[in-house]
Amino acid sequence: MALLSEFAPSEAKTDSPRTLSTRVDRPDAVFRWVARSGGTIVVTVMTLVGLFLLIRGFEAIQVAGPNFITEQAWDPNSRIFGIAAVFMGTVFIALTAIFFAIPLSFGTALYISEYAPERIKPLLVTTVDLMAAIPSIVYGLWGFFFLSPIILPLSQWLATFIGPWFPPFSVSGFDPNDPLATLTVFSASTFIAGIVVALMVAPITSSIMREVFQQAPLGEREGALALGATKWGMITSVVIPFGRGGIIGGTMLGLGRSLGETIAVFLIISPVFVIQPLILEKGGNSISALIALRYNEASGFEISALMAAGLALFIVTLIVNFGASTIVARSRSGSIGD
Amino acid sequence: MTDVLSRTEPATHTPPDAPLTEPEAALTKTTWTRAGNEPEAAGPEARRSTATIRAVDIIRLIGSALAAVGFTSWLFFFALPLEGEIGFVLVSYGVFLLLFGILTAFDENRPTVHDRMASVVMHSLAFMLLLALFSVVIYTFGRGLEPLGFINFFTEDMSNAGPLDGLDRGGVLHAVVGTLIMITIALILTVPLGILTAIFLTEYPGPFARFVRTVVEAMTALPSIVAGLFVYAIIVQFGLTRSGFAAACAITVMMLPIVVRSADVVLRLVPSSLKEAARALGASTWRTVWTVTMPTARSGLTTAVILGTARGIGETSPVLLTAGATTFFNFNPFSGPMTSLPLTTFTFVKSPELNFIARGFGTAAVLMVVVVILFLAARAIGGRGPGQLSPRQQRRRTSASRDDDYRFRARELGVVRGAKSPGRAPPPESIPPSKEE
Repeated sequence: MALLSEFAPSEAKTDSPRTLSTRVDRPDAVFRWVARSGGTIVVTVMTLVGLFLLIRGFEAIQVAGPNFITEQAWDPNSRIFGIAAVFMGTVFIALTAIFFAIPLSFGTALYISEYAPERIKPLLVTTVDLMAAIPSIVYGLWGFFFLSPIILPLSQWLATFIGPWFPPFSVSGFDPNDPLATLTVFSASTFIAGIVVALMVAPITSSIMREVFQQAPLGEREGALALGATKWGMITSVVIPFGRGGIIGGTMLGLGRSLGETIAVFLIISPVFVIQPLILEKGGNSISALIALRYNEASGFEISALMAAGLALFIVTLIVNFGASTIVARSRSGSIGD
Repeated sequence: MTDVLSRTEPATHTPPDAPLTEPEAALTKTTWTRAGNEPEAAGPEARRSTATIRAVDIIRLIGSALAAVGFTSWLFFFALPLEGEIGFVLVSYGVFLLLFGILTAFDENRPTVHDRMASVVMHSLAFMLLLALFSVVIYTFGRGLEPLGFINFFTEDMSNAGPLDGLDRGGVLHAVVGTLIMITIALILTVPLGILTAIFLTEYPGPFARFVRTVVEAMTALPSIVAGLFVYAIIVQFGLTRSGFAAACAITVMMLPIVVRSADVVLRLVPSSLKEAARALGASTWRTVWTVTMPTARSGLTTAVILGTARGIGETSPVLLTAGATTFFNFNPFSGPMTSLPLTTFTFVKSPELNFIARGFGTAAVLMVVVVILFLAARAIGGRGPGQLSPRQQRRRTSASRDDDYRFRARELGVVRGAKSPGRAPPPESIPPSKEE
């Protein structure tokens, strides 16, 4: 005991934690600084985007006040303007797009990850990714010249048979019993624009979903099959619960994309400045289409108003995208690493 | 019959001292009789089919498809006042699903019915999306073929082509030149900054890096019009004019997050054992990055840049706001308006003239060819994971390491000889290859 008490204090004194210092030499310090400044520049650019829009749009927001949110008309030169109509138009187009994009991209993702023969899987993945890289103007052309004429009878059919029970599908000024009714009331509608945007976002959404589906653990898949599950049983009990984060995140990323889509919407839609919840009816609008439409012949104050509208779009997409990337990141956590 | 005996032997093989109870005896008896009644169950065990496609499913599919088309034709042409191709397809698909479900339910239990129905639905959803996407590509090429047949489409600008001129006058070379200039400037800005940021994210993890990554991820889906509007705001703010450079800046804002994000993913895939090996050999951080991390991830980084380029080339709205449109050549990105392929497509198709619309489709086809080439190049380069080499790289790497081997052995031998005569090391040819080879 005496021996122990004699040794213990001295041990404690000598065995202090070692200081681990890394000496960073000059090239390394410079490199660290350069790399850090690269990151800082990127963040700065992204902050400047919001900042400049705020600076330029501040004048308009100040003049309009709360009316900026509630006013439907867009006439900045007589100081009567607001984003209610264009914002709701943006939302309607995005919702229509997501409504079509979810089943398409979900089905495609499941097909590629679960059903497709192994040999054609890489080809399918490449095709879908390539489609995500096709420029939006091409989708716009296709939608305007090819899809619109085809979709008109479908719009008429929906308005005739579903419209009476489901208000968004009704069309004012369309009488199903009028044999001379033309199809032009259905052209340039939110519905058509939404379908085209759906095709644009579906490849991205599907690609995210497929990545998550393919990460579903093999052991659990085989466990489900060994317990006698059918393939669909395995998918519903293993793949989909595992990929829920990817489904939600991919959908939200697709939503963010469809909120900001410009050229395809601009080409297809005929702009109106009222809240237009009848998606089959001619006319609709979106913030991005408004900007593309008006920026060229705008007065100084209208430019400011357009900047404010752009800021609103920027903030909304930012929120949606932040949410999406958080959800996707959480669903992937634990599966990354080397 | 011997086979039957041997197969059913375990059933008869009861211990002799245990008297058979009544049910057991009955069991043995029935086993015997059953085995005797079914000689065809005997013989070598047949291989079970593990194919996932069953003939009965195919028959059900074809049957219900035929029935659905027939029923819908009856509905459309005789029973109800319906019309339209899309309506026909939709209704017959619904009828087909219903019939297929009913047909399957005749023979199978509920989970199997669900499985078959889900399989059919997933197949058709994927088919539908792929069909729609292919139709986008094929339609654009189909309508773009006409102007592509004229050689002047690739060699002239539009300054000499009036609104009523035929397709034999005017071309889009000015747009090609504009696109090339813009994307070059954008790449000069994007590539160093993007890759540097990605390296920062992987090499210096911490709260700030996490913040940068979050911002970049949120910015990946930045609406392209907002990027254009941002540069337009700067132009207005400082009284500048629209130019090719402004458009390139807008494209940079669009491309930067895409490049950073995909480069970040690629850099994170570099095995940490390689980096640790470099550090263990005494390399500093930047030397590790320069000589280990970046060469290992080179193909992936190239892919990231090419994919960003493909996106940047195809963007219309940032260019629309910042470049202005021209019909003539402008080689100076810093003064005067410029145009790009997507923007020219856009201005063409806004015109009511049929020839202009045809030119618009032709330009879109050119643009799409460029994008597809870029994309396939990215796939060809980046199809391999980090560290996987192409055959040529592999050969080069092998010869380099053989050279190293020679050098090391030369030094070894030189040291041995140096004891006798401090001459220079012998040329590599004279050295025998190492025993491992």
